[in-house]
Amino acid sequence: MATNQDAEAAVLSDDMAASSPPMGIKVIVREFMRDKLALASLILLVGLLVTVFIWSFLIDQDQVTNVSLWDSYLRPMSFSEDPAREGMRFILGTDSAGRDIFGLLLIGARNSLLLGWSVTVVTSIIGIVIGILAAYYAGLIDNIIMRIIDFIMILPQLMIIIIFITIVPTYNVFTFALILIVFNWHGQARFIRGRALTVGRLDFISASKTMGTPSLVIMLREMMPNISSLIIVNLTLNFAGSIGLETGLSYLGFGLPPGTPSLGTLVAYATNPDILENRAWVWLPASTLILVLVLCINYVGRALQRAADAKQRLG
Amino acid sequence: MWKTIFRRILLMIPQMIILSILIFIIADFMPGDPFRGLVDPNLDPAQLEAQREAFGLNDPLPVRYVRWVGDALQGDFGRSFNYQQPVVAVIGGRLGNTVRLSLLSVILTYLIGLPLGILAGRYNESVLDKTVLVYNFVSFAVPIFVLALLMVWIFGYNLNWFPSRGSVSINASTPWEVWTSRLYHLILPSITTAILGTTSIIQYLRSEIIDAKVSDYVKTARSKGVPISKVYTKHIFRNASLPIASGFGFTIVGLFTGSIFIEQIFNYRGMGYLFLQSINTRDYSVIFVLVLFYGFLGLIGTLLSDLILMAVDPRIRID
Repeated sequence: MATNQDAEAAVLSDDMAASSPPMGIKVIVREFMRDKLALASLILLVGLLVTVFIWSFLIDQDQVTNVSLWDSYLRPMSFSEDPAREGMRFILGTDSAGRDIFGLLLIGARNSLLLGWSVTVVTSIIGIVIGILAAYYAGLIDNIIMRIIDFIMILPQLMIIIIFITIVPTYNVFTFALILIVFNWHGQARFIRGRALTVGRLDFISASKTMGTPSLVIMLREMMPNISSLIIVNLTLNFAGSIGLETGLSYLGFGLPPGTPSLGTLVAYATNPDILENRAWVWLPASTLILVLVLCINYVGRALQRAADAKQRLG
Repeated sequence: MWKTIFRRILLMIPQMIILSILIFIIADFMPGDPFRGLVDPNLDPAQLEAQREAFGLNDPLPVRYVRWVGDALQGDFGRSFNYQQPVVAVIGGRLGNTVRLSLLSVILTYLIGLPLGILAGRYNESVLDKTVLVYNFVSFAVPIFVLALLMVWIFGYNLNWFPSRGSVSINASTPWEVWTSRLYHLILPSITTAILGTTSIIQYLRSEIIDAKVSDYVKTARSKGVPISKVYTKHIFRNASLPIASGFGFTIVGLFTGSIFIEQIFNYRGMGYLFLQSINTRDYSVIFVLVLFYGFLGLIGTLLSDLILMAVDPRIRID
């Protein structure tokens, strides 16, 4: 009898589990288990991030940026020809100044990732705040914000960023990041506003307003959780975009300041036709790494996007 | 219709004024002035100062702005100090190159995007559809400068199929040779642009067609006995192409803007290349007019897109 009851309880609890919709992290895990390519991208991405961050802190930046004209443009896997650096081996060869490409690649990747992530996080925060404010208050405030965003949208973004980079009096990593943020928040704000507008029209928000809930509480505790999954998806997709923008600008010579290697500065060696044609080891690894990073991040973002939208889920 | 256009154009005027004032202020912040670096270092500083005074560079900002606007309204957009030519002539000289490149890129983009989008939508869940989705994902993610470099490296240098730099061969003499050489130089950069440009076309077409397939008007057409292929070409395609039409205004103005990355990597002397050169030589008058021109094109693009959408979709009324 007792066992029978246990079995019944087990069946009942099984039913309960089946009927309650999967939530949060469970959905994401399921989505990744269903899409093996997404899982592979995630593992590759995490592996790359861990390698880049741990290894780049282990190696000595001074040693990597150490110039030796003896070692100019050594092929991959060759040993140093400089008596002072005897026994050093360059897995990916060296650049014009005899610097180790592999070391530059690690430090450059770290810098590009850090900068891309900070820019993404700050623009997202600005975008969320402005987007939700515009959607909640609507009317005049929304109108003013949208006119400003429309105006920024018609500006030739890349050109304006380059112009600002050339006119900043003290140009360093922070001013560079600031310029990127100033000309990138509007896309986020527009996106978040659009989504927040739909949420803001729902009945429970109106009910909350009638009950006298303070506006700040409605925005933070009621509207934001409803778009939180979109925020995470957007964060991932924009991360890839920021990396693309930073490396692109660095490639053109308007990116991270000299002395702060980026993946883009390594690719920029390819502006010299001789290096582009005959010394591919200088720029090809950085280009490949950019491609792999951007593809992985985007793929993971897509999987998250599907997980956030019940209609698109695979699992 | 005409009233709408007229009103929209009137609304553009204040936007253009704000844009020009902003860019004028920014240009004023740029370090140095056009005289620095161009003049003989042995020149007497007092004389240099006199030159600056004569050109009105020492006047206060508003005075210079009003003077600039006055000249611009008469078609005088200033002189490029680097090229020793009117800015309009400098930009005009590059515009042709950019328009040729963008035109071929746009044609190729639609040649790739439309069939792939339609086929992926029509046969969705098929192998073809999955391949198109992968391609679409990659083309969305890949940064253009990385792809362009790889294309130059593979097809320009290693395989030697296409010229890797410039817009026309110096050996071309007859008009026929000049045009074929131009086309030959255009192929690689335009293919690169087109490969990455198809994302939104394919995305919109595919999802619109998938939605339309189960809609009532398609069922009606089928039950009337309209052949399936005709339903796709006549009924579904017209509806599915609406989102693409809404972006067409920007495609048209995009013909004049070109791409900084593509022109830099292929050493193609168009507008983007001119911009980078002007930044490096601090040729402010050119930079200023270029940014203003691009801003103007942005405004026109929005207007055109709305008008095109109105023209193709009678349900939409924009006022």
